[in-house]
Amino acid sequence: MWAYLVRRLFLAGIAIFGVLVIVFVLSHVIPGDPVVAILGGQAREDVIEEVRRRWGLDRPLYEQFFRFVGRLLRGDLGVSLATNRPVAVDLRAFFPATIELATTAIVIGAGTGLAVGIVSAVAHGKWVDHLVRFLSLIGLSMPVFWLGLVLLLLLYARLGWLPGPGQLDIFVSRPPPVTGLLSVDALLARDFTALANALSHLVLPAIVLGSHALVGIARITRASMLEVLGQDYVKVARAKGLAERTVILRHALKNALLPIITVIGIYYGGLLEGAVLTETVFAWPGLGRYATSAMLSQDFAAIMGVTLLIALIFSLANLIVDLAYGLLNPKIRYE
Amino acid sequence: MDSSIQRSATSDRAPIRPAPRPSALARVLRNPLSLAGLLLIVGLIILALVAPLIAPYDPIRSDLMVSLAPPSRAHPFGTDQLGRDILSRILHGTRISLRIAILTALIATLIGAPLGVITGYFRGRVDDLLMRVTDMFMAFPRLILAMAIAAALRPTLENVIIAISLAAWPAYARLARSVTLGLREENYVEAARAIGAGSGRLLARHIFPGVLSPLTIQVSLDMGGIILTAAGLGFIGFGAQPPTPEWGVMISEGRNYITQQWWVSTFPGIAISLFVLGFNMLGDGIRDAMDPRLRSRGR
Repeated sequence: MWAYLVRRLFLAGIAIFGVLVIVFVLSHVIPGDPVVAILGGQAREDVIEEVRRRWGLDRPLYEQFFRFVGRLLRGDLGVSLATNRPVAVDLRAFFPATIELATTAIVIGAGTGLAVGIVSAVAHGKWVDHLVRFLSLIGLSMPVFWLGLVLLLLLYARLGWLPGPGQLDIFVSRPPPVTGLLSVDALLARDFTALANALSHLVLPAIVLGSHALVGIARITRASMLEVLGQDYVKVARAKGLAERTVILRHALKNALLPIITVIGIYYGGLLEGAVLTETVFAWPGLGRYATSAMLSQDFAAIMGVTLLIALIFSLANLIVDLAYGLLNPKIRYE
Repeated sequence: MDSSIQRSATSDRAPIRPAPRPSALARVLRNPLSLAGLLLIVGLIILALVAPLIAPYDPIRSDLMVSLAPPSRAHPFGTDQLGRDILSRILHGTRISLRIAILTALIATLIGAPLGVITGYFRGRVDDLLMRVTDMFMAFPRLILAMAIAAALRPTLENVIIAISLAAWPAYARLARSVTLGLREENYVEAARAIGAGSGRLLARHIFPGVLSPLTIQVSLDMGGIILTAAGLGFIGFGAQPPTPEWGVMISEGRNYITQQWWVSTFPGIAISLFVLGFNMLGDGIRDAMDPRLRSRGR
């Protein structure tokens, strides 16, 4: 187990280093000149030269990379050209919003997905099952950013049931930051107005972000439950005269859970991807939007920093999934 | 023994495989879901082909006199902020999405499949290297990698295709490799080797054809995802640029009008959903037909 963990961490380290190399090279072959982009086209030639020298952009590529890695190892991610703040500060500011959104999304997605999957497995072949299957295909086919816009149109603009984009209404003051997670901070400050407002802003983007995970989890739950429901021990449990509810939840679900948990973990890591689009639609101040604007404005340090963070989260999520799989299924041994 | 070698030697043209179930395709087509999906895709392909003939207006030319007009008889899906007919833009957009999907699938498999087959066949250090390289690519969410590539190459339609292909090939390389690992131990490959077929011939005649069908299936399952990724890139500004009638770009352009002029963003989104739905329905049917566990389940 430990040997396996060390090996996996080593391989993940290599992979992340590779990601850094790829993105570094990519972001340095950009045809446009970021210095000109930041200073504007009117900037004097010598000013541009000076700024370029100050950022080390006049050095050869490999030298820039090793300088970057050197600084990285000292915990220095550099300064964002666009926000003029250290990238580490930026990331710390944007990270919590994404975590709050993604966690809410996976809770909604996993909870609903499990329920829907169980129901359609139990009703296998009946109209409920067919309906769920068809709806889930439609759900998987809609672009999340479009789903977000349409739901905003209906629930915010037309019906007025939910607030519009953003994390809080402008007339609500932010609770003092402790964790950075807005709703948790509001709860800690016992500011229930802010809490209610934050939650009402959180619901819609979380549903949108979690929609694909919901469908995926429902589908794997259904498949896994169907497999288990055909097993002998389920028949025995039924034959013993146990209530159907007990059979399904205690005997079947427990055994069907393994692949479901794996998929939930994979989706949680994958939510970062959906976050890029969802955060754009809902003006959500998270990592996805930070990554988007960094890449669009060719902000080297920010691109590298956010890339590193995303790769770390993604690899970590995958690693946890694999380890959890082993812990839950004693038949699997890691070498 | 002798006869089996003889057979595989003479049957180069049709290598002995586990007898292909004749019903595989039939099973896919008999499934109403996948049949509907296939019809949807074929319909959209036809629309893409005849788009210039049937589109009532020029998809690019603006007519500010009718900007943001609601759906009407003259403009069934309404017009956008520049007075362009949304139906015409969607019809032309079908060509764009189809082109992105086909070219991306093609490029990604053309990179991935040969690499996977060759490294899976020869194993050794090159194989390890490929695995590490795919690890790197897969240590990263696909959309974000494609964003980085598209941003670096400058956001254009062509670069979207390149970006998604570069983000997608590792999965195909891995699939091709794992299929190859299984195939190279097969009797018919052993037999061909025994009678002196060289590696090149083995790869081209015996292994590659066997890799092709699982790859094709995987690609058809991924098609919907490719279209969604391309539209997403267009939406956040990393893809096709205005005035291209790309669906993601159209949704993005309609964003500011969504509360009043809902039709600008809504119709392109329905178009994307239908296209992706076609591929997802087909994919589901294929999965049903391929998965023996689902087939034999007689509940």
